[in-house]
Amino acid sequence: MTSSTFETVAGIISDTADIPREQITPESHAIDDLGIDSLAFLDIAFAIDKAFGIKLPLEQWTQEVNEGKVPAEEYFVLKNLVSRIDALVAAKTA
Amino acid sequence: MRLEYFDMIDRVVTLDRDAKRIEAQSTVPMQSPVFEGHFPGHPLVPGVLLTETMAQASGYLVLGLTGFTHMPFLMAIDRARFRSFVGPGTLLTITAHLAHEGSGYAGTKANIVAEGKTLCDAELRFRTMPFPEGMDELMRAQARRMGLLSEAA
Repeated sequence: MTSSTFETVAGIISDTADIPREQITPESHAIDDLGIDSLAFLDIAFAIDKAFGIKLPLEQWTQEVNEGKVPAEEYFVLKNLVSRIDALVAAKTA
Repeated sequence: MRLEYFDMIDRVVTLDRDAKRIEAQSTVPMQSPVFEGHFPGHPLVPGVLLTETMAQASGYLVLGLTGFTHMPFLMAIDRARFRSFVGPGTLLTITAHLAHEGSGYAGTKANIVAEGKTLCDAELRFRTMPFPEGMDELMRAQARRMGLLSEAA
């Protein structure tokens, strides 16, 4: 996880979901800790997509979580989300 | 255009798949119960209904581009501007293009023009979800009626 990516994501979450920046840490779970609902998460995804020039595969992630293949923490704990953003950005520039 | 039924698009003029753009037309009715309240003696199309008109054009754009696989539901309105009054009898040209194609959502930029003048514009976002039971055929029927789909589709 790069700290600059985390800072950008934390800023987006703070602005989009109106959550004080100091409450947002790498260990925060977007849903359980920050109370972000699915609609707000789409708003955040839109801002992340635009900021990093990527397309977060939300439909695929949702399906994997719903089918029990992947625990939700893998996508919704911020340090994990940031790592996946870094990977998507790296794949784009590779 | 039947304001009180949220029937906002009269016909689709073009769906450009390469440019991911739709152009539609509607004529504001001369009379509508909406005008009795908005405003008595001074009929004006409410901004929310102009927004709905841009949203419906955007929705048909998403439906057309995705082959009617998912239903777009309006989830966000950004930067909406209402630049001029819109009265009865106005011929509206509604344009929308796909500005962002996300996973599970889509963003459009839309505007409405009359006589070369932009009446309003907005950035809209839609959550795209599996069709609720029976809505698929309803939307296809609407699309056929306004020329987005051929009669056979």
